[in-house]
Amino acid sequence: MPARAMWKGVIRFGEVEVPVKLYSAVQDRSVHFRLLHEKDRSPVKQAMVNPDTDEIVPHAETRRAYRTDEGSLVVFDKQELEALEPDSGRDIEVIRFMPPQVVDHRWYDRPYYLGPDGSESLYFALAEALANSGKEGLARWVMRKKSYVGALRLHRGVPMLMSLRHEEQVVPVDALEPPKGKALDARELDMARQLIGMLEADFDPEEYHDEYRERVLELIEAKRRGKSVKVTPIRRREASDDLSKALEASLKKERKRA
Amino acid sequence: MPKPKPKDKRKTKEKKASAQGEEKKRFHTSGPRPLWSGTITFGLVSLPVNLYPANRPKPVSLRMVDNDGTPLARRYFCEKEERVLDYDELIRGYEVEKNEFVVVEDRELESLAPEKSQEIDLKRFVGLDEIDPMYFERAYFMTPDKGVTKAYRLLAESMEATGRAGIATFVMRGKEYLVAIIAEKGILRAETLRFAEELRTPDDIPLPEPSKADKNRVKAMQQAIDALVEEDLEREALQDQQSQRIIARAQEKLAHGEDVIALGEEDEPEVEPEQGGEVIDLMQVLKQSLAEGRPPGQEARDDAGKSQPDKRGKPAAKRSETKKRPSGQRGTGKKAAGQGDGKAAPRGKRSAKLAELENLSRDELYERAQQLDLPGRSRMSKAELAKAIASVR
Repeated sequence: MPARAMWKGVIRFGEVEVPVKLYSAVQDRSVHFRLLHEKDRSPVKQAMVNPDTDEIVPHAETRRAYRTDEGSLVVFDKQELEALEPDSGRDIEVIRFMPPQVVDHRWYDRPYYLGPDGSESLYFALAEALANSGKEGLARWVMRKKSYVGALRLHRGVPMLMSLRHEEQVVPVDALEPPKGKALDARELDMARQLIGMLEADFDPEEYHDEYRERVLELIEAKRRGKSVKVTPIRRREASDDLSKALEASLKKERKRA
Repeated sequence: MPKPKPKDKRKTKEKKASAQGEEKKRFHTSGPRPLWSGTITFGLVSLPVNLYPANRPKPVSLRMVDNDGTPLARRYFCEKEERVLDYDELIRGYEVEKNEFVVVEDRELESLAPEKSQEIDLKRFVGLDEIDPMYFERAYFMTPDKGVTKAYRLLAESMEATGRAGIATFVMRGKEYLVAIIAEKGILRAETLRFAEELRTPDDIPLPEPSKADKNRVKAMQQAIDALVEEDLEREALQDQQSQRIIARAQEKLAHGEDVIALGEEDEPEVEPEQGGEVIDLMQVLKQSLAEGRPPGQEARDDAGKSQPDKRGKPAAKRSETKKRPSGQRGTGKKAAGQGDGKAAPRGKRSAKLAELENLSRDELYERAQQLDLPGRSRMSKAELAKAIASVR
């Protein structure tokens, strides 16, 4: 089934305008359950309630509040929040271009494919210009009342937008203190590197499957046919106390297999 | 006398420095606990680790209140009986046909994860640059468990030196994850990856086959690109302007004392922020647990597991007392023992328990819910778990 475009926008930089359609590159594959009332197995609804009285508060009588660090609430009216919403529009404004890898995977959020909206010639010119320059763009846009920052780049020749996390959402590694201790044993380090070398392979994403999901679906199918399931407990492993021995034995095992 | 609050997180630097000792103590008793604890296996080496989110929630999470400013809670209710349901009245169902459900118990779902899947088994290493950007999903920091830092450091250093990432799958909270274990600056990070089947290809959309573009047009675009090239990216360029507008407006209102409602600290835990995630000083926690090789809160775990005798009949402070306090007096409020004013017998009994439960991490609550075999627990927020457990005991 062909995917539907989720949004339309216009990529802009300098004098350039390229109308595009956005398609989510991600498809939800998780198994969704509903919560049911045990008594009669009917689906339950969610509601906002006053926790003191258990009374349901209709949406029209709700407001939004911001909790300050000190623990008070600042209440906003709906109109007031609307006024703070970013101006909607169709522009995907590219504010700069950068060498690739400047924005790395720590910022990546969701990938969107871009398709042409009308003019294919502009769309292909953009793809080619991006390919030739080897740069990627940093773009801002507003989609469904939310503002986004994203990287404009190519994925196997196809223009895409990778939405990015905001500054406040990424913990900088620099500010953390790695574990310290006695200098590592050179022989152990060497063995660890050898072991990594022996286990090295290409990344082949097709090789990995969500087997758990498949088992969940099998369980559902089995239950539908009236079968029962057995339960196994889960234990946790102990840490290795002799690193040298463990590494040596691992290397031996890998060599044998090779 | 204003008491430091356990949830008072986003402090200024000065405050932090002066309260360092206090801070440290506090994180050992009430700090966030790891999202997951498990073992990395590398050959025959096993390395126990704890996972903490490396991504923080958005700076602004607005919550829903009623017209009087009472924070509201999300609850499930039965339309037929027109009442709010307790969590022990709920079960999980999978819709096989319209309005036809197969009921699945959490215990059954858990049994589907084989023992081995609790481990991150690094059987394969790949070049980090080989992983397409599309695959990356979320990041978690890994800290070494219980002072076992040697294997952790060894793996981190070897991976970093070789520029390789370890690839594995494992099961966490009823979901299987594909991860890349990446070492950076001596710290191990797990980046969850999307499965290939979760990603569309351009052919699935479908997008048009690439074709040759007009030379002049391409040239003009390239010039426009070149004109905008910068070599670096400072973090500020990625600021969340929308959240900042809301914070600025909130501060304005705060300064004018306009629409401000002071809350007792115990009002907080029941109502979760909409966008999820605990607001915690993750940095402090990580710094400490990485440096020490021990997850914070470990020593608190034992006492927390035992339930205290029920303070039966002791009613919680009424919300109305704390709610309308002028903002100048905030923080001096009495300890309200959770929610409710004790008028309904089962709730009043529960509220003392609730306050106690809310001091636990989601992980601990989840463990308890698991022991109690509570339905729907894996989808519950921290506050929901606390409530569900309280309603059973």
